[in-house]
Amino acid sequence: MTSTAFNKRGAPPPRFNALRATPFGLAAPLRGAAFSVTRRDFLRTGGVVVVGFAVGGGWPRRSGAQPSPGTIAGRSLDPRDVDSFLAIQTDGSVTIYTSKVDVGTGLRIAMSQMAAEELGIPIDRITVVEGDTALTPDQGGTGGSTGIPRGAVEVRQAAATAREALLTLGAEHLKRAPADLTLDGGEVRPVSGGPGVAIATLVGGKRLSLRVNPKAPLKDPTRYAVVGKPLLRPDVPAKCTGQHTYVQDHTVPGMLHARVIRPPAIGATLVSVDESSVRNLPGVRVVRIESFLAVVADDEWAAVRAARTMKATWSEWSGLPGSEGLDRHVRQSAVERDEVLVNRGNPSRDRPDVKRLTATYWWPCQSHASIGPSCAIADFRAEGTTIWTATQGTHGMRASFSRVFGIPADKLRVIYLDGSGSYGGNGNDDVAADALLLSKTLARPVRVQWMRQDEHGWDPKGPPQLLDVGGGIDAQGRIVDWETQMWVPVTVPGGRPLLGVDAAAIPQPHGQSSGNISQNGDPPYAASSVRVVVHWLKQTPLRPSNLRAPGKIGNVFAVESFTDELAAAAGIDAVEFRVRGLTDPRALDVIKRAAAMIGWQSRPSPNPRPAGGTRLVGRGMAYARYKQAENYVAMAMDVEVDRSTGRILVRRVACAHDCGLVINPDGLRNQIEGSIVQTLSRALREEVTFDRSRVTSVDWASYPVLRFPEAPGVEVALIDRPTLPPFGAGEASTAPVAAALGNAVFDATGVRLRAVPFTPERVKA
Amino acid sequence: MPRYALRVNGRASTVDCWDPGEPLLYVLRNKLGLHGAKFGCGLGQCGACTVLIDGRAARSCMTPVSQAVGRAITTIEGLGTPERPDPLEAAFITEQAAQCGYCTSGMIMAAKSLLQQTSHPTPDQVKQALAANICRCGTHTRILNAVLRVAKA
Ligand code: FES
Ligand code: FES
Repeated sequence: MTSTAFNKRGAPPPRFNALRATPFGLAAPLRGAAFSVTRRDFLRTGGVVVVGFAVGGGWPRRSGAQPSPGTIAGRSLDPRDVDSFLAIQTDGSVTIYTSKVDVGTGLRIAMSQMAAEELGIPIDRITVVEGDTALTPDQGGTGGSTGIPRGAVEVRQAAATAREALLTLGAEHLKRAPADLTLDGGEVRPVSGGPGVAIATLVGGKRLSLRVNPKAPLKDPTRYAVVGKPLLRPDVPAKCTGQHTYVQDHTVPGMLHARVIRPPAIGATLVSVDESSVRNLPGVRVVRIESFLAVVADDEWAAVRAARTMKATWSEWSGLPGSEGLDRHVRQSAVERDEVLVNRGNPSRDRPDVKRLTATYWWPCQSHASIGPSCAIADFRAEGTTIWTATQGTHGMRASFSRVFGIPADKLRVIYLDGSGSYGGNGNDDVAADALLLSKTLARPVRVQWMRQDEHGWDPKGPPQLLDVGGGIDAQGRIVDWETQMWVPVTVPGGRPLLGVDAAAIPQPHGQSSGNISQNGDPPYAASSVRVVVHWLKQTPLRPSNLRAPGKIGNVFAVESFTDELAAAAGIDAVEFRVRGLTDPRALDVIKRAAAMIGWQSRPSPNPRPAGGTRLVGRGMAYARYKQAENYVAMAMDVEVDRSTGRILVRRVACAHDCGLVINPDGLRNQIEGSIVQTLSRALREEVTFDRSRVTSVDWASYPVLRFPEAPGVEVALIDRPTLPPFGAGEASTAPVAAALGNAVFDATGVRLRAVPFTPERVKA
Repeated sequence: MPRYALRVNGRASTVDCWDPGEPLLYVLRNKLGLHGAKFGCGLGQCGACTVLIDGRAARSCMTPVSQAVGRAITTIEGLGTPERPDPLEAAFITEQAAQCGYCTSGMIMAAKSLLQQTSHPTPDQVKQALAANICRCGTHTRILNAVLRVAKA
């Protein structure tokens, strides 16, 4: 019998029908080596095995969706071309094309505002196409707060170039000098008044065929009419009425639903599958490729049930150190190399007038913990494959998937759709690989959504960070001989290994990266000498990735907590101590502003009169210049600590924020508020736990996050610098949160918290 | 296949489900095309799937379809539209109380339930009513303000 589960004849197979192929021969398995195998064959052979039970007949042939070419004729993707970023349509509306995606950050509206300003068109005439490898130029992935300073700034320069061209075209049309003309309301018009000409008339529907002119003059910020306004984000009405299409909501005709069954131990291999365990679930197929195991069905619930019911035997594996005492493990981990990142001034080791301190800080392994588990749809076709994904790096995904799956890049289209907030690299890339693996095997569009335990258990993690900080203060309270040593995983070039691809034993790069995790390890304050040493570890227990503001949150936690320790040791007020060490007026502005907002009273910590009974109150301050080169952020917090329960209640947070030019103040505030609340959650609650074999914090009970009753009031002051370049703001205000909180707890209680999360046990200790 | 008669957003419909234990969430999303309620955990821990059943907030991921029969089910699609949002939705839009927005529909339905029982809740009552709904983006301040905006109206 050569029929497979996919045939049109509905006869239930005597045993089961299966398909096999080697991992690299997946291209057309259904038309290729289809034959039935016995259970013994199944157990004995590697390669791909698809088992179908054909309840109620086979699946219909796929139909519907048009093939998606990887490229579109006539569409420029060259980032040197204006046409790559902008199209002026026949109706005078403008489409922006960008690889930077709006992961709930407000990038769409901010970028539109910047373009509208240069092009002199109403904001509602602009639409944004994001993250589509067939349509958008590659401006890099969305990360490191580059959406505005790179993505939108490039679009703005293209718009400024287009503006010049439109003025020239308008000048010819109106027979006036370009200098007499302006762009406004979608028209080129004489400055002095009188009739103009619509940009649609000048170029509507046509290409501009221009190189981006890096010197094209930008509009004078004093004349901004759109930039700086708190315009509403275009996606919010649909998000608030249940109409917004997330990748989780997207459907493709003929799409199958799949769930992947991950092993009970991270490094375990699949020994055997008892396919009879899911035999009575309707229309369920089992796909096995080496140790990659999935269930697929027309009905999503059937796939979910099958994944739950499936009996499989896995090998034993216990290669993890366990999260208990992980700081000791990290300190003893093998070092790839040491790197001196900062080395300025001359250490003065033996000065008797210097009071010296040392302290160790710990930031645990944390999860992105996206509220919606990662999801993707892949539609593999020889003529052109499409992936719908919420990845923050569509172009990077195309490059890596093209290599790994052997699909020419021009035959692979990756299309971004909004997902649940991803905060860096959650499970989005892995789930897309799962979907592509299955679609390529089954020659059907396949949707995979992870379950809660998959997202918590298998998203690549923010790695743990261990820091030793030492330094002193002299008799005048000046910082002497600061030294930071940090133990963090080294960056290994090559992409992060994809879970499904590894399980299927398909070769792929095994890179390791968690973003720029060593930044902000040095204090921003004057010191006689500063040294920062990184002990780059060969490995970290769980697969790492870039989790929002990678490394900076932990590093600033250590640096700003230690600064506070020095101030307390010197008997100097924490704000005063910082102000003394700074000369940059922008730094001083944010600190003074945040202090004023919280009603800072100058005195040394701890609080000599921390209220009554077991309820102690205190305030803390922390400051950071993000990456030592971008945003200035100061944060003051007012907390109450119950000494008997160890519970911390954050009563108020005041943040002063300077990111240069403010594009959309409300979108910016939303990002800052979110950064603060999310990081409070990370500081107060979050730690990935694992035993020797697996992650054990796999849901919201075992990986608790901050909830409404603990959510503080957050006040944000924006310091606008209209003549300076804009920085991104999705990360910077996360950096001082944990230190401001720890410093406030110290002020209230005299207890210095040096390890995150700040659990009641640690507060009481 | 067993057939279930449901009343969703005031409209009667029948759905075929092979499993009487299929959660209402999957039925709404896959059989009725109502994508407003989201899958977050399937464990009753996050609130992303919140709908109203007989006017009360309920976890559609924990409600078997067989137990939804004969009850009035309201999803966020039963409130308003982007063009004509219901007052609570309008407040969320005014406050821009969403980042990724994946939690938003559940938040609105949980708040709707609260406001139907307590039309002028205090901030603490709102916080308690939403305590079981997770927002990972940290939009809490705005969500609270949006609900209070309606509570005060
Ligand atoms: S999906 Fe229902 S409570 Fe989380
Ligand atoms: S807005 Fe993203 S989870 Fe709430």
